[in-house]
Amino acid sequence: MSKGSPISPSLMAAKSAGAAKASEKVDRAADAVVDNAATLSPVLGPNNVVPPTVMTGSEAIVRSLEELGVDDIFGLPGGAILPTYDPLMASKMNHVLVRHEQGAGHAAQGYAMVTGRVGVCIATSGPGATNLVTAIMDAHMDSVPLVAITGQVSAAVIGTDAFQEADIVGITMPITKHSFLVTDAEDIPHVMAEAFHLASTGRPGPVLVDIAKNAQVSNMTFSWPPKVDLPGYRPVVRGHNKQVREAARLIAESKKPVLYVGGGVVKGHASAELLELAELTGAPVVTTLMAKGAFPDSHKQHVGMPGMHGSVSAVTALQQADLLITLGARFDDRVTGVLSTFAPNAKVIHADIDPAEISKNRLADVPIVGSVKEIIPELSEAVRTQFSQSGTPDLEAWWSFLNNLRETYPLGWTEPEDGLSAPQRVIERIGALTGPEGIYVAGVGQHQMWAAQFIKYERPHAWLNSGGAGTMGYAVPAAMGAKVGEPDRVVWAIDGDGCFQMTNQELATCAINKIPIKVAIINNSSLGMVRQWQTLFYDGRYSNTDLNTGHDTIRIPDFVKLADAYGCAALRCERDEDIDATIQKALEINDRPVVIDFVVSPNSMVWPMVPAGVSNDQIQVARNMTPEWEEED
Amino acid sequence: MSRHTLSVLVEDKPGVLTRVASLFARRAFNINSLAVGPTEVSGISRMTVVVDADGDLIEQVTKQLNKLVNVIKIVELTSESSVQRDHILVKVRADAATRLQVTQAADLFRASVVDVSTDSLVIEATGHPEKLTALLSVLEPFGIREIVQSGTLAVGRGSRSMSDRALRSA
Repeated sequence: MSKGSPISPSLMAAKSAGAAKASEKVDRAADAVVDNAATLSPVLGPNNVVPPTVMTGSEAIVRSLEELGVDDIFGLPGGAILPTYDPLMASKMNHVLVRHEQGAGHAAQGYAMVTGRVGVCIATSGPGATNLVTAIMDAHMDSVPLVAITGQVSAAVIGTDAFQEADIVGITMPITKHSFLVTDAEDIPHVMAEAFHLASTGRPGPVLVDIAKNAQVSNMTFSWPPKVDLPGYRPVVRGHNKQVREAARLIAESKKPVLYVGGGVVKGHASAELLELAELTGAPVVTTLMAKGAFPDSHKQHVGMPGMHGSVSAVTALQQADLLITLGARFDDRVTGVLSTFAPNAKVIHADIDPAEISKNRLADVPIVGSVKEIIPELSEAVRTQFSQSGTPDLEAWWSFLNNLRETYPLGWTEPEDGLSAPQRVIERIGALTGPEGIYVAGVGQHQMWAAQFIKYERPHAWLNSGGAGTMGYAVPAAMGAKVGEPDRVVWAIDGDGCFQMTNQELATCAINKIPIKVAIINNSSLGMVRQWQTLFYDGRYSNTDLNTGHDTIRIPDFVKLADAYGCAALRCERDEDIDATIQKALEINDRPVVIDFVVSPNSMVWPMVPAGVSNDQIQVARNMTPEWEEED
Repeated sequence: MSRHTLSVLVEDKPGVLTRVASLFARRAFNINSLAVGPTEVSGISRMTVVVDADGDLIEQVTKQLNKLVNVIKIVELTSESSVQRDHILVKVRADAATRLQVTQAADLFRASVVDVSTDSLVIEATGHPEKLTALLSVLEPFGIREIVQSGTLAVGRGSRSMSDRALRSA
């Protein structure tokens, strides 16, 4: 008998805690797969039966997309994908022609983020495919369900440096959940079904399907639904009972618990379940940058966003907690600060659908592998049982500590001394005048942090940003995709003057295709976040961060003229007293995109801040101002 | 740092070796040896990967490996519970004067001579890595011209099959 120890995903989590017995975990993992397979077809869409029909590979690509239930696609044709664009013209699916493939990728991300459906983008081989790379990496970091379809040169010339040939499967291997190279047309239906299954289940992520031109032009026999054959792919959905009970026991014992909520709760559509658990436990809730809206900002148990620019109450709640109830979060370095000093006295319950996240950065005392959608209700049930036996824990001291912090260190800003508008005010007013039903999409940098801090998020899927990747240029195309996915909602791209200049060509796409997004350029005339670091850590030496777009500069480009040239309504706002009226005006224009150039102060900084390389205990509420913890304790 | 032998069942698909190898590379693991070949199940290959790493790190890499869609199952094989063998071909200088000494040395290690020429021999040996190291040190004085070595192969002792259960639940 072999003593070799099988290492299954669920077992790995258990091993680290030394909790459940190995054999149990393995069996249970297998059960979960069977349950899942019995109730759900792995092929997305309505699973219409299509009898064998001869068609070209290109027709099969289009037909597969239709059968998978795809409505909208973002892309740009080129030589190696040309055959597929021909049948696409006759399809009912809406193809949005972008101006740069990166825009197609981010648009598909934005679409996926607001709808929860798989975003689809198409590009040609070589540079078309490599232009998708940033968006694919972004989707990988933020677990966005994305299928990227690329044309490839004919199989016969792959590897010969043919015109527009790039090994895009090789290039994207570390930044995709999986990838396929299709050289035989017969493989198209099952590969497409597998790609959509992989992208949308388990921990969502980007899947690349690279299809050689010969496979597109040759004939094949199409039938539907195809057989999905992924023997190595078995995501665990249901949490392990014993672990869930152990988690409930720790919750009942805890005097200082915190629900540490990550983007997985948004991706897992588990906000309602979270609300129930939160109210049942009475524990404070922190929502990470990726989880804004997973729990209502207005809820009295919400203590803010943790992390480098988190609120003092949220950061301190984690630091002082004796128990972290971690749900779909991954202990990212922007949240933990110096890992060894993060939440030093806390035990950790870690629920995540990806076993590789558990104990990756912080050792989990109670690992629970599965979907938060399943685990949270199980946990609520177990907590209810536990409380009925051992009583509801008294969190009054904990709350009085946290409430005191909330009152002493609320989020706010100081007025700039140069007389220009505070960017924070602009963003706060956009949120206030648009309301929680709007969708807010940020780029990366100071404006992103302010949009996370000063807009009130009351529902999931209302806040989109490039969290893990930090991709400048995300906002405009992602907002475009979000507007296509949710046409009835107001969609704001809150962008920086730097970010905006990276992808603003998609304004043409928006104007021509009647995708009326609203773009607020928070124009501080610089690469603001980098400039903030230069102010704080490089003695104010502003090396290459001045963009000359704002007040008292040559203003190249003139954003109003630029937006006008793109067929957008173009507004400019330079004074505090015009902010509300300008936003109102933008809200009234819905027949074309609106671009507002908000000229703001370059000197405003994002606070609070945990400087890089120090413990979260060193959080600063303003420059060189750290709260005195002794008073609070 | 300790030595770990991982048996990895994978789908026999293009690129699977790259996917596995690059995961090790990303975490700066040096793959000590790697052997890949088909198994008793068609379409399924088995990799034996030997790496030096800390326990926590190997666990993280194993989890990452498990995330690869083409990876079906991973088992860590300990030296006590498995049979591990390396395979080696050594070309040794041997003329009429030394040939007999070289072949006698090979005999002692139950190695066989698989090629003979006027001034060299090729010796084939199979065994535990330590045994092969010993063989090489004995052959060294004669003059080693070339060494070709396979990756370690490892199989669990007893009747259980690694692929059995993995493929049933898949």
